[in-house]
Amino acid sequence: MSEHAIEVSVNGQRVSARVEARRTLGDFLRIDAGFTGTHLGCEHGVCGACTVIVAEKGGEGLAVRSCLMLAVQADGASVTTIEGLARPDGTLHPVQQAMRDNHALQCGFCTPGVVCTMAAITADDAKPSEEQMIAAMSGHICRCTGYQGIRRAIRQLTGTAAPTGEPAGEHA
Amino acid sequence: MNAPIRGVGATRYIGKRVPRKEDGRLLTGKGTFVDDVVVPGMLHVAFARSPIARGRIRSIDLSAAKDMPGVVALFTWDDIRHVKADLLSFFFTPSEVPCPLLADGEVRYVGDPVAMVVAANRYLAEDAAGLIAVEYDEEDAVVTIADARSGPVVHPTTETNVAQVMGIEDDEDLEEALAKAPHLVSRTIVHQRIAQSPMETRGIVVTRQGGEELLVYITCQSPHTVARWLQLSLGLPNMSIRVIAKDVGGSFGLKNHPWREETATIVASLILDRPLKWIEDRLEALTACNQCREQEMTTRIAFDRDGRLLAAHSDYSSNNGAYPQGADCNVAVHIFMWVAYRMPQPGFISRAWYSNTPGLAAYRGPWALESLAREAMLDVAARQIGIDPVELRRRNLVSRAELPFTTPMGMPIEDISPAECFEKLLGAFDVAAFRREQAEARKAGRYLGLGMAAYVEPTGSAGSMVTMTGELAQIRVEPTGKVTAVMSTHSQGHGTATTMAQVIADQLGVPYEDVSVFEGDSSRGGFAPGAAGSRQAVVGGGASMKAAKLLKEKIQTVAAHLLNASPESVSIEDGVVKVAGADEMTRSLREIAEIAYGEPMRLPPGMEPGLEAQYRYQPPPVTFTSAAHACVVEVDGETGFVRILRWLSSEDCGVVINPAVVEGQIAGGLAQAIGTVLLEEVHYDERGNPTAATFKDYLMPAISDVPDFEYLHASIPAENEGGFRGVGEGGAIIGPPTLFNAIADALSPFGDLPIALPVTPSKILDFMEGRTAQAEPAEPAAVVPEPVAAAPAPAPAAPPQAIDGTWRMVMDTPMGAQEMTGTFRTEGEVLTGTLASPEGDQDFAGTVAGNRLKWDMKVTKPMPITLKYDLTIDGDTLAGTAKLGMFGKAKITGTRMA
Repeated sequence: MSEHAIEVSVNGQRVSARVEARRTLGDFLRIDAGFTGTHLGCEHGVCGACTVIVAEKGGEGLAVRSCLMLAVQADGASVTTIEGLARPDGTLHPVQQAMRDNHALQCGFCTPGVVCTMAAITADDAKPSEEQMIAAMSGHICRCTGYQGIRRAIRQLTGTAAPTGEPAGEHA
Repeated sequence: MNAPIRGVGATRYIGKRVPRKEDGRLLTGKGTFVDDVVVPGMLHVAFARSPIARGRIRSIDLSAAKDMPGVVALFTWDDIRHVKADLLSFFFTPSEVPCPLLADGEVRYVGDPVAMVVAANRYLAEDAAGLIAVEYDEEDAVVTIADARSGPVVHPTTETNVAQVMGIEDDEDLEEALAKAPHLVSRTIVHQRIAQSPMETRGIVVTRQGGEELLVYITCQSPHTVARWLQLSLGLPNMSIRVIAKDVGGSFGLKNHPWREETATIVASLILDRPLKWIEDRLEALTACNQCREQEMTTRIAFDRDGRLLAAHSDYSSNNGAYPQGADCNVAVHIFMWVAYRMPQPGFISRAWYSNTPGLAAYRGPWALESLAREAMLDVAARQIGIDPVELRRRNLVSRAELPFTTPMGMPIEDISPAECFEKLLGAFDVAAFRREQAEARKAGRYLGLGMAAYVEPTGSAGSMVTMTGELAQIRVEPTGKVTAVMSTHSQGHGTATTMAQVIADQLGVPYEDVSVFEGDSSRGGFAPGAAGSRQAVVGGGASMKAAKLLKEKIQTVAAHLLNASPESVSIEDGVVKVAGADEMTRSLREIAEIAYGEPMRLPPGMEPGLEAQYRYQPPPVTFTSAAHACVVEVDGETGFVRILRWLSSEDCGVVINPAVVEGQIAGGLAQAIGTVLLEEVHYDERGNPTAATFKDYLMPAISDVPDFEYLHASIPAENEGGFRGVGEGGAIIGPPTLFNAIADALSPFGDLPIALPVTPSKILDFMEGRTAQAEPAEPAAVVPEPVAAAPAPAPAAPPQAIDGTWRMVMDTPMGAQEMTGTFRTEGEVLTGTLASPEGDQDFAGTVAGNRLKWDMKVTKPMPITLKYDLTIDGDTLAGTAKLGMFGKAKITGTRMA
């Protein structure tokens, strides 16, 4: 198996490694770079849990399934994982905050991918509609929540949340 | 608002949607799941698996794999069989059939692990697994329940493929009641096989810490249960077993305890004395992991002229696969089927079958078929009798005015509220308006449907089964004034660190932010099963309440002594200790704690220093949760697609600790229900090959499949500490009938939709276009030869046998094999003796006729029932049965000990 020297900027850190051509970006991030926040849910490109944000040199950040991209393909690119979204002072990214405010996670295994997709499509002040964000989320599988909190988080991010902030339903 | 909690003042956190304590780390990638654990010197495991469902292994050639650089070891069954490692059920009973960790010369399902590779990394381990060459003599596979009835035995140790049978074969009284009833509805319900599919697959890291400690990181439902299971399975007398599971990516019943691959990894680690990691990949998870459901049930329900229930019978079969986590015919289906309804005369026969498919394990609401069958058939009955389905339910649902009562199966019911939940639901949904809208839509060629369902669910189980103990809370106010709780609860998404902290903060009178809850380590706190059967709010919540009360009393006593006040005048608010009417006496909790730990001489004489308390809470054996749901769908007549337009949940889970957590549990269960009804199916072709190997073929519900749910909380406090009821499984139990009924209602102009899941678009189109056979009133269930040994034939001619002495006996119960020690004493025709089991010792008296012994014995666990023993002695062995009331006969075998 051929080996290749690569250098990838991961969450602003330069990570150099010699990797086999077959090493996935997901394994590179978890094993070589030590960012275990990226979770591999299916390794078939279906569940979306492993999604990270990849920016080619000078390009915009795109949500990418790190199980389907090879590490060698990310040589020279900048990768943002779930660990790289909050500010250094601990302030959560607006997507993380919306997820937290709306109880949008339970076990948290699929969450890093969900957050990275939402962060990628709302980056640079892009203003996707609620429908566009739900369409983007249809590429993510969450087994725990029934997507209720994710829907509420989307509404918070798109400004279409119910005015009370309370989900529908009576609590008698 | 929630009803106030008894014995407590103002509640500040219970009932609030406080942010979850778990989310901070999980949202920033700082969780610790099992694959995140790295141990120095760790090697990686991969399995070579069978590509055929049934056959004999002719040869295994490991040579190419052995020669690969990076490969450290290779194991087949012959290499590891000398190490004791028994696969036990959830009730810690041994498997009913030999259950090898790797194939024992025969493979019994596609994916059966044949060999194990240990290599420097996972890539190399998988490469090497691919180089292992195995030759098989393939045989015809037993794939379906029908195959199991007629095909060859899956296990050479059994006479038939029946893994377990319970119930009464020919119940003449019940048959008569069914035959003479004015209305009889009969259907066969078919439930597909499901893959539990937590997003985190199974996985384990095992590392021996010298000769005394085995440290296991595993994704599981309870590290305590796993530690207990491993201790019993491995039987290593000098080795303590510590199990850690910090973050777990969902479980849903799958990860109750280890199974073949996890246990094989531990055994390999013990042999090699190297740390090993095995992480299941999704292909393995969907094809070779334990699965669930796959049931068929023919149910007959009799009604009087007014639609009141008279009698019912269910003939249940499940395909338990080759190596199920218990040869379990799921009597819970029958025990709970009619609790919410007035049913005078229920009966059943239940069988579990072995087949050449992966073994079954638990899944959220393992007995859920009862609600699907009952509620779907109530709608069928409503159409058949010509009565509104709402009215039919109203006439039969149990209301609180009728409490308490005992079910015909002997279960005492003191606290359920299905009728109340149903009425609350009807108050929020205008059925008449919907019917008008539906009629208008039909004129326009649109098919709208309304489904409703009601149910009750046993939650918070403790004390009636060996696994299900009380939960333990250990709480301390640290010398810093912060509060630390070590709990036996465990979260796989449940958020118990949040809900337990809410309970503790309320009880102690401290800020929620000051309470930290630690769980997930079998070496901390005490044994308890944690997550299993919707129990953590009830049992863990109760333990938190009681321990916090004890701790608060101690703080009050200490503060009263220090401040020269009476304990009753001392209160704690927002972490500050106050004395009524004396503001100058106000102290921080930290000041009191520093003295309690560091200056014991200032404490009341004889008092133990520190501020710590623990409590193991034993709730009532069962706490019931009730609910009624409604769902509206539109079925697209062109495509067969089902769109869910509205879904209302009206549940009574007692006092709600955190509405966001409660609703999250309901919603998660409902999403799984939507997958069950519309999408998910583990399917095998006729040779036993799985046809859904990725999430492209095994369709999981996505955000676009799940609507916004609406919630109504009845919040009737339960009769337990805290008033909490469990809510973990309910959505997955009541969801399937609610959605099925909506689809069937939408399609009712075309006839009665067969109750067979999943209801895919192609099935719907076949039905609408008349290509589906209408459900016929089923014939009485086909009679299958009684596979359990019949009552021993009288053997008067047999020579007199030595009976007196001690016998080791095993009884096949619904919860697995139970070992007992029987001591018999005979005097003429009188038999006396003692039966000793893990549940305790019990004396009995009965009769002897020749070599045949008979006696009756009343037991209270798991429910009040009289067991009728009938045993025949043959030399140094005995065999026979115990009749367990309406649960049928349990087989008993035994050998003489002394």
